[in-house]
This record gives sequence, structure tokens and C-alpha cells, in this order.
Amino acid sequence: MSKRRLKESCGVSAECISQVQQLLRERFCHHSSAPDKLFGLEQQYRYLLELLKRTTLQGESNSALLIGPRGSGKSTVLNRALKNLKETKQVKETLLEVHLNGKWSSIAQFHVWFQQFRLLQTNDKVALKEITRQLQLENVVGDKVFGSFAENLAFLLEALRKGDRSSSRPVLFVLDEFDLFVHHKNQTLLYNLLDVSQSAQTPVTVLGLTCRQDILELLEKRVKSRFSHRQIYLLNSFDFKQYMKIFKEKLSLPAEFPDESFAQKWNDNVQHLSEDKAVQDVLQNLFHHTKDLRSLHVLLMLAVSTVTVQQPLLTAAQLQEASRHHRNDSRANIVHGLSVLEICLIIAMKHLNEVYDGAPFNFQMVYNEFQKFIQRKAHSMYNFEKPVVMKAFEHLLQLELVKPLERPCARAQREYLLMRLLLDNKQIMDALQLYPNCPTDVKQWAASSLSWL
Amino acid sequence: MPNLEHPAYPAAALLHLESLVPCRESQVSLLLSIFGERQHWSFPSIFIYGHTSSGKTYVMQTLLNTLQLPHVFVNCVEYFTSRLLLEEILIQLQSCSSETELTSHVPCDSFNDFVRLFKQAVVSGGLQDQTLYIVLDRAEQLREMEANILPAFLRLQELTDSNVTVVLLSEIVWELFRPNVGCMDPLTLYFPDYSIGHLQKILSQNHPPEYSADFYAAYINILLGVFYMVCRDLKELRHLAALNFSKYCEPVIRGEANERDTRKLWKNIEPHLKKAMQTVYLREISSSQWERLQHDDGEPGQLKGLSAHTHVELPYYSKFLLIAAYLASYNPVRTDKRFFLKHHGKIRKTNFMKKHEKTSNHLLGPKPFPLDRLLAILYSIVDNRVAPTANIFSQITSLVTLQLLSMVGQNDQLDGPRYKCTVSLDFIRAIAR
Repeated sequence: MSKRRLKESCGVSAECISQVQQLLRERFCHHSSAPDKLFGLEQQYRYLLELLKRTTLQGESNSALLIGPRGSGKSTVLNRALKNLKETKQVKETLLEVHLNGKWSSIAQFHVWFQQFRLLQTNDKVALKEITRQLQLENVVGDKVFGSFAENLAFLLEALRKGDRSSSRPVLFVLDEFDLFVHHKNQTLLYNLLDVSQSAQTPVTVLGLTCRQDILELLEKRVKSRFSHRQIYLLNSFDFKQYMKIFKEKLSLPAEFPDESFAQKWNDNVQHLSEDKAVQDVLQNLFHHTKDLRSLHVLLMLAVSTVTVQQPLLTAAQLQEASRHHRNDSRANIVHGLSVLEICLIIAMKHLNEVYDGAPFNFQMVYNEFQKFIQRKAHSMYNFEKPVVMKAFEHLLQLELVKPLERPCARAQREYLLMRLLLDNKQIMDALQLYPNCPTDVKQWAASSLSWL
Repeated sequence: MPNLEHPAYPAAALLHLESLVPCRESQVSLLLSIFGERQHWSFPSIFIYGHTSSGKTYVMQTLLNTLQLPHVFVNCVEYFTSRLLLEEILIQLQSCSSETELTSHVPCDSFNDFVRLFKQAVVSGGLQDQTLYIVLDRAEQLREMEANILPAFLRLQELTDSNVTVVLLSEIVWELFRPNVGCMDPLTLYFPDYSIGHLQKILSQNHPPEYSADFYAAYINILLGVFYMVCRDLKELRHLAALNFSKYCEPVIRGEANERDTRKLWKNIEPHLKKAMQTVYLREISSSQWERLQHDDGEPGQLKGLSAHTHVELPYYSKFLLIAAYLASYNPVRTDKRFFLKHHGKIRKTNFMKKHEKTSNHLLGPKPFPLDRLLAILYSIVDNRVAPTANIFSQITSLVTLQLLSMVGQNDQLDGPRYKCTVSLDFIRAIAR
């Protein structure tokens, strides 16, 4: 250990590192912890906040869709807006009222209802039960919750209808994974929710979160006509310069960190890192691969988790290591672990693919090709029996490197089932380069397919 | 190799852990750093893939047990429906929070209920301030369940809003798991295969006490020399090593060789091991039979394997029927006249036989044929006169139920059914003899 590092490690206590980890891990992994800053989403955020304010304060009924690819910050924006909303005085007061008279009859509450729909509520019946539960109607409904779907729906609609714009408090419905909701039968729940939001009943705001761009085409006509067509797009529309800024921002320690001198040192280091060429390369790679911030989180999390007392500051090497873990070809990894016999079978399949132009093959053909190789050229191999080769082939099948065209049934013979190889040429050749102790004649065989015919 | 170290866990436990997991130090230290301290948040989901017996389950289990982290370990093959799986997780959760209390069965129909009950269990078990691990072994089974199960497990941390990490173990790469609407991608980790050096180290770790370590290591070396080309599965190799060791020791016991005579020992064992590849490795001969054989000093391979028993005793006409079916399946229709008719006219000297050699049916598999053709071939190959009695037809259907023939396109039972012959050439040869 160098002298400089020794000095550093003396200055940093274990708790300090622990706190850094705690803080950053929570930032990267714990999704509902609201972030301090939104990146490039301010406009959408303001729009959404305005919309929610109009619902809560003025009792407007609205519907909107948040559309954006995975990891683009849909939930983050929404969470942030709700948090902000709850901090405003008026909403807080109504929330207080709830606790005083928990009576439901006029829906005297502003109810934030945030659920991962469809992932959990796989059909309308489950969803409806969940609505009743979340609106805390169970005590009123009693056994009715377990009644039929129609009864339940009628009851809920009745409850929503009883209210009117002036007296009752608005209800916010957040439908996460909105696109999966569309596949429910007749889109009943969607229809009813949107219908309530269109008519002068209890003020209801329906917010859908989805990652599908063609979501409106999936809606039924009657449902579509009741939707307000207000769409908020969240696209990762930032360039690499901003990406670097986000990187810095995400990794920096906040001002309220207890050990100020360490926080200062850490932040300086982050600044230093962001100017490092190696770090920029790593980030550029990731940026070209995907712009979504979730993969940046994963990368940073991997790097941060290797920070120890001995090495309290992040280095470029750690980031590079994390990036190496983050992006390696999984199929090449699997091929690397195969035995020589299995590799030979894969090469035989590759040749079959080349000669017969991607036509499906069966075990018998592969075995034939392999036999040709053994008889003509292989010096390093002795002749394996057919059942041994079959066992190797079935191992490939089990790893799903080879896929049968149709489901194997008991009647068909195993050697005549038609298969397809799920690896492409380049992957095979790259994997062969990395393969440890590959016999030379196997390598040569792989390189030349036509000379074997 | 780096020694394992982590400030949150006692050094003794880590040292113990290191001795338990040979050749997996870097993976374990990576996992340790990802897990962090107990109260730290960790990744919502980690996907670990690697080959059969690359220590995925073992490492995970020893890691969690040694460090006494609260965890739930479920095998998805064992709990094959979502309901069974979710209920099992809840039951294990109860038992890992309170050791003394009796666990009660919680009915849990849907993932919605699961999330609610899960939150309750975490709060009542006092597990809020530490990371809970849910390990799902053989996770490829999750794809067979309802479509929402896998994505929901991947974002369980977000759904339940509690500190939980889901670990998926599988042999199959992540790309084949991803549903088409997408999901929250887990962190994927690879457990690399053991190299030949690693295998040697692991296999020769617990050698039999009556022999020296070098002696056993030499044996493992020979074993790997024979089997490494074909098999890298640690479990299989260990099994083979255990089975054949007594044979290896024989010359030493008999006094023909001492422990230093590597060459003599190798000469003794090598043909034996090659024999084992054809028999025990394929499970033609069961392990107990193999051991008995070695004990009685029998010649290995004299015992009939499983596949030798496929020869079935069939009635006279059934044999001919099967041969006729095989001929019909593997021969093209236009050669029928030449082969089976007595006066077939001129033999045209064309090169059509050559063309057929290229796409031989023995490569492509059997072709279906109609019943009429089967009967025509049958009449021509049986010398005496065969009456088309009910018996003949019932024998055809009984061959189908024996799965020696199979019916193709089950649309019509009586009117012109088509069959395929599904037996191998060796089988037919044995019958024809």
C-alpha cells in the first residue's frame, strides 16, 4: 500500500464508508425514494403537477397518459409530483380531515391510489377488490367484497356517482402498466373509470403509465372516445454532455452529509473522474448502448459497492471493471463452458447452416457431419459412440442453444426432430477464439466449411 | 486470489466461507460487495447463470447460511404453480423471522395477495431493517407460469417497498427470459465453468483416508484425461470417480504394483474407464450393477445394458408387418416396382439412385405411407399366401399402440390412414435375422 493511500485510509472511518454506501445504494436501488433532481423532465413535471393541482384543488376530472420507454422516469416524475402536492397546505389539510373523520360516505378524502396494475391485478375482479380495499371501503362493504364482479362494480360506481363536484374530494387512479390493462375482457374497468371521469360525478383523475407508443390503437372505440387524449411523452432527450452531468450529479454526496471534509473529497474525486478519459469512454459506450438511466444506476451501483475502507474513493479502474461485468455476451460465456465434443457438434451445425442455407436440421444430419470430420481429419479425437454424442446433443438442447421447431412429442424419434441453432456465425467464431485448449484441427475445421464436402 | 473481507461480517465466518467454496473466491467476493451490509439496500434482482453444477445453488446457499442472512430458498421445479410457489415463500418467511413459533398455512391466490401478505410478514417478523433474500432456483420454470409472475418478481422491491433482493438461478441465458413487453432487467452475473485445474483441485479435495493424496490426485488426473473431452459436469465426474476408484486400487491391494507405479496403474484403469463411458455414463448399466460387476471381477460390458433389452418378441406376421413398414418408410415409392415385383420390366439406367443417396431417408427420417402400400409390400415379401383377415389389421393397430409405428395426421381412422415407422435400423435388422 502506498504512503498516500495509507494516509487517506487513516482519515476515513468505516462508518463514513458505510454511510456513503447507504446513501448511494438507496439512491440507485430504492425507487420510491424521491430523487432531488429531475433530469430533462422539468417540463413534463410542471405539466403533470399543474394537472394534479387542478384535480385536487378545483375538482376537475381528467385523464392522461404518461408514455415513455422503460427506465425513462415515469414513476419518478409522478412520485415527485405527488410528494410536492402533499406538501402544499391545502392538500395537507384535506389529508388531515381524512384522519379525523374516516367516513367514506362522501369520499371525504383525497386518496392517492398508486398500484402496479396488471402485474398484480391480473383481471378486473382482482383489481376491483383492490380498489375497494384501498379506498378503505371494506368496513362498509363487509362481505359484499366477495360478491360477484357485477355487484362489486355496481357498488363502486354507485359510491362514485353519489358524490358531486363541489362536496366530495377527488380520487386519483394511477394505472401502472396501462398497456396490460387493455387486454382485460371488454376493457370494462377502463371504460367505467374513464366514464366517471367524463361525467359530472365524483372528480376522478385517471393516470396511465405505459411504455407502448401505440397504446391508443389498443383501446376500444368507446373507451378511446372517453379518454381526453392528453399525452405526456417522456423521452430520454439529452445528449452526452448532459449525460456526463447526470453522472456527476448522481454520484455526488449531498451537502447534508455528516462528514463534510470527506464529502468534499468525494465530490472532488467525482469531478476529477468525470474529466478522466477512461471514464468517459466507459460512459460513452453505455450511452451508445442505451440512454436509459436505469442501466447507469446499475453501473454506478456495481462500482460503488466495491468501495472499501482501504480504497475510499472511486477510481476509473473500478468503473471499468463494473462496465465489464455489466456488458458481456452471455451466450459466448455459455459456449465457453461447453466440452470439446459439444463444440464439435456446434461447428457441425454451423456448417449445415451454411451449406443448406439456414434450413432446419436433425440430430442424424449433425452426427453425419461430425462423422465426416472424424474420419477424414481429426487426429486428436477418438471415435465417440453415437449415444455419447446424443447425450452431448441433448445437453445443448437443455441449454437452449438449439431449439426444436415443434414441441417434441413422445411418438417421434429423437434423432429425427428438426432443430434450429440459436447462435450466429460470428458468435461461434469469437467463442472459439476464446475457448481454452481448443484442438487445432477443430479450429481449422470451424474455419473451413466447404472444403469438407 | 483475493482473500474475502468485508467490514460488516466477522472475519472468522468469512474464512470459514472461503474454505467451503473452492475456486469461487472472486464470485463470492463480488456477491459480498453487492450484498453490502445488512441494512443496506441492494439490487432489486440478480440473475445468476452458469453451466450445470458450476456451484450456483451451493455458493448461494452456503453464503446465505454462513453469514446468517435472512433468506428464502425455493426450487421452482418443486413448486411448479404460482400458487404453490407464493405460499411456500410466505411459509418460509414466517419460519425465518420467528424460530420458535409454529408456522401456519396462508392461502394466497394471486400476486396481489402475495404482496400484501409479504409486507405483513416482513413487518411482523421484524425484518424491515435488513435485506431479505429470495432465491429462486431453476428459475427457467418461471417462464412456464403466468405471464405476470416473472416481471412482478423482478420488481418486488418496488412493489412491496421493502428491502428485498430476488436472486434467480438458471442455466439459461437472460435473453431467453425477457418477456416481449419488456421488464425491469436484473443484474446478470455469470458463474464461469470450472477449468480442468479447478476440477482437479475440487475432485481431489476429499480423498479416501487409506491412500495418500498424491495417489488419489493421479487417479483424478487419469479420469479427467478420459472424460474431460465429453463431460465437464462436476457431479457426473465425481460420481464416476467414486465408482471406479476401487478398480484403480486393485493392483495395489493385490501387490502387483505399488502407489508409485503410475504407468502400470494407468494401463490397468484406462480401458476400464473407456468402457465406463459407454455404459455407466449413459446409464445403460446402473451404478449398483457396475459396482457388483467390479466386486465379482466380472468382465465389464458382459452385462446387457438397457438398450440391449429393446428387442421385443413379436408374432410372425407382426414381424413381417414391421419390416414392410420400415421398407415403406425409408424407400421412395418409385423404386417399389423394381424391388418388390417379380417381372418389373427393364431396368432403366438412370442416375436417379445417385440422387437419392444424397438425401437419404436415413438422414431425414421416416416418410409417412398409406396403408395400401404397406399391405402390398407385405404380400410381396411373405412367400406364402396371406389372407387379409381381421387379425392382420388388428396387429397393425397394436403395433401403433406399442409405438413401433405411429399414425400420421389423425383425421381418418378407417379410410386410408397413413403411418410412419418409428424404429431404428438395428431393431429391424435384429427382427429380419
